[in-house]
Parts: sequence; structure tokens; C-alpha cells
Amino acid sequence: MSHHIVLVNNLKYMYPDGWQALNGVNFEILHGESVGIVGANGAGKSTLLMHLVGVLFPNEGEIRVGEVPVIKKTLPLIRQSVGMVFQDPDDQLFMTTVYDDVAFGPRNYKLPEEEVEKRVRSALETVGIIHLINRPPYKLSGGEKRAAAIATVLAMQPDILVMDEPSTALDPKSRRRLIALLRRFTHTKIIASHDLDMVLELCERTIILQKGKVIIDGPTGKILADEVLMEKCGLEMPLGLQGCPVCGAKKLYKR
Amino acid sequence: MSNMTTSLYNIRLLDELAEKKTIIHNIHPLIKVLTTVLYLIIIVSFNKYELSELLPLIFYPIIVIALADLPLMILLKRMLIAFPLLIGIGLFNPLFDRSTMVELPWMQLSGGWVSFLSILLKGVLTILAALVLIATTGITRIAAVLGMLRVPRIFILQLLLTYRYISVLVEEVGRTVRAYALRSRREKGISFSDWGPLIGHLLLRTIERAQRVYHSMCCRGFTGAYHTGSVSRVRTGDVFYFAGWGIYFMVVRFINIPATLGSLITGVVR
Repeated sequence: MSHHIVLVNNLKYMYPDGWQALNGVNFEILHGESVGIVGANGAGKSTLLMHLVGVLFPNEGEIRVGEVPVIKKTLPLIRQSVGMVFQDPDDQLFMTTVYDDVAFGPRNYKLPEEEVEKRVRSALETVGIIHLINRPPYKLSGGEKRAAAIATVLAMQPDILVMDEPSTALDPKSRRRLIALLRRFTHTKIIASHDLDMVLELCERTIILQKGKVIIDGPTGKILADEVLMEKCGLEMPLGLQGCPVCGAKKLYKR
Repeated sequence: MSNMTTSLYNIRLLDELAEKKTIIHNIHPLIKVLTTVLYLIIIVSFNKYELSELLPLIFYPIIVIALADLPLMILLKRMLIAFPLLIGIGLFNPLFDRSTMVELPWMQLSGGWVSFLSILLKGVLTILAALVLIATTGITRIAAVLGMLRVPRIFILQLLLTYRYISVLVEEVGRTVRAYALRSRREKGISFSDWGPLIGHLLLRTIERAQRVYHSMCCRGFTGAYHTGSVSRVRTGDVFYFAGWGIYFMVVRFINIPATLGSLITGVVR
């Protein structure tokens, strides 16, 4: 399944105001992998994700999804195979009903309405909010909105799921449900997050970015448990790997 | 603050009303659009002194509002927004056109007053008809029908996106004003000197937000065409609905019903 490989080669990007957000990023993500992208604020995580779906284009370097380079000409193809869940679900939900929102993508690909309906129902069932199908999106709770935003992407049946801070603004139960949901997906997952405990649970591989560069790329358990490295990158070990604040027992989390 | 939240609620209310399931909501969107267009044409076809002839047309919005179970007060309140404009258009008619046109037992009405009232009534009826159409059909289905009627894509897109971005703008205004109110000592309103930076800030924030929404649309294959899904077929009942109103509008157009009724009643009384 080489067509699901994501290859990022010497990616450099400078914002128009002169801020060098990405400064030579390199990595390769294979089919079915689940990769966490972590880093302090301003490390370049969101900018990187924007490049993966062709919202931004690099000043230098290239990105390939399978055999296809991410350039303007190939965008329809890229966006069919890479689905992006934005940080704020409100940006992604703009129609009058959840149904119309989830159907927005498939309709753009001019699928017949029966197929659109099938996809909408299947996506909403997957994220567990089929009962909200006719509700206006702005009336949903934070967790429901997030689920709806994920459904809008799933309805496109992408091979690769890219998510920007999927667990922000979720209460603990909604966050737990989201983690359980994402764990069920067999897609290639690329998750940028500050929620390191979630990364620890969902991603077998982690890439740490700092000042637009890859600092380290390797197994999540090993990287996130390296206290010195985490400190150096402006991060902290996940709570699950820190000692218990009451009894001092080490490593609460077991994978 | 609560005003801002209320406005946002009101903007979305029409969308919510459009999702109801009543006899009027179930009528094919194309039929409703055509009926509304015909209604508007009939209204504007009356000349400025034909006030009594217009009166029977009031029944169209009243009947539709009743059958569609729409909250009348909310629609009327929305209509009030356009009132200053209507008054502005007709304001000088009573001043310039002073020839007596109608003589009632207790007063005389000049041509200016008749044309002024006719402008008001026409305004009220046309706005009400448009509001009723949106509240019983929904903007996306209206857009789908416009597509069926071969209206250029760019206009449909403009209509839909403007409609969508109103709520984006109001949301941003709400947040900005809330943040301002919490840190200002004024009890209400915004100081004149703060208007400039606030509006500039608001513009930038709205553009940024709109851009994010646009990106998320692009990521889902948006290329400039707004697909609103297929619309069901027109049924016989829908055709009857259109024909019924069509005949009524034509009768109103060519027969002065109030005058006919009036002469009938006065004839019987005599």
C-alpha cells in the first residue's frame, strides 16, 4: 500500500511576516502508522499539518502522499486521500444541519445522493452521533461538535487522517470517548497535540518539533519518557508517566 | 451583550423554522420560490395609487404563516428593520402630492398619502413574503432551486456565503464586544474613540475566521460550486398549490375585490 506513504522532504516555510515556521523538516510515515506530532507553542505543528493538505505550500522542499506530490494541480486527489480535522470544530461546521455538513464533502465529489446519504449515516454511526443527524451544528456540545467534525472528514473516506489538537476543550469523558474512537480507526493517523497522554495512548511513534525542525523521531514510549529531552524541547513528560503526586509511585500508565 | 446573543439566535431561527414539517414546508421548494416570485411581480405591478386593490394580497402571507406554524411576532419584528427605509422612500409623497384623492366621511386623503401607504403596504408584503419563503424552505434549498432555474453559479454562491458569514461576523462581534464590556467602565455602548480600533480588529478577525472556514471547505473538495443535494420531484399537490395561488393573484390583479365587495354590500343595503 505504498500510496498511503507520507513523505516530507526538507520542508521549509516562511510566513509573509518573515517568521520561519518550518526550517527543513524531514520524515516518512508509512501506511497504517499512528504518529503524534508534538512540540511547544510556535514549534510549527499546525503549519506542518496545513502543508499536508495543501492549505499552505512550501518555500522549499516537497511533500508526497504516495506517488503524488502536494502541489496545486494535485489538490483534488490529495484532499480525497488526506482528511484534516481542524483545531476548532466551529470552523468545520458551517451548514444548517449535521447531515448537510457531513454531506458537504461527498457532494463536492458529485457522488449520487443515495451514496452521499449512505456515507453520512455510516460516518455518523462510526463517531456515535447518528441521533444528532438533523440537529443544527451550533447547538451541539463541544464533544459532539468534535465528533461531527471528525464525521465530516470520515464521510470523504480518506486513507490518512490528520488532526490538529483533537482533544482541546473537551471534558474528560468526551476526551476519553474520542481516544476510544480514534483507537478504532485503521487509517494512517497524524495527530498534532499538546495532550501528551493522548499521544501516548494513541500513537506508537512521535515526532518532536522545535523551532521548525524535527528534534527527534521515534517510538512514543521511549521519547515521551525521556525527561531531559522533554525539558529541552519545552515540554513535560505525560502525566501518566510521572510519579503519583500522593504516594510517589512511578509510572501510573501502562500501555 | 444579550442583544448580540439574541441577534445570533434570531439569525439562526429562520434556519430552524425551515426544518419544520408542516404542509407548507413539504411543498416543493421550486413551487414556493415560483409562487413568491409571482406574488412579488403582482405586488409591484400595481401603480402607486392602487391601495385598496393591494389589500386582498395580505391573505397570502397570513394563510402561509398560519399553515406553516410560524411565529408571527418574530417575522413582524424582523420586518420592522426595513421600515425606516420604506418610510424614507415615501416620506415626501404626502408633501408634494396634495391633490385630494379619497374622500371619507370623516377625512380627506391626498394622493400623496395614498401613495405613501401603498409603498408601505407593498414593502411590508414583499418583505414578509421573502421571510416566509426562507422560514419555510431554508436558504440551501432555495439555492438548489436557483441552480435548477439556471441562475449563474456565482450569484448562488454569493448568496449562500453571505448568509453563512453573517453568523460568523455576529459571533465575532459578540466576543469582541463582550471582551470590551468586561474591561470598560461604561455601563453600556462603546466609546466613540474606541470604534476605530474595534472595527479594524473585528475586520481582521472575521477575515481570519472566514479564511479558516474556507480552508476547511477546500479540504473537503470545495472548488467554487456549492452542492446542496438533490431536490425531490414536483408532485401533483405542489402544482395545485401553485395554480391555486396563481389564480388568486390573477383575480386580485384584475378585479378590485374590496371595491366590488363594497358596491355589492352597499347595493344590498340600498
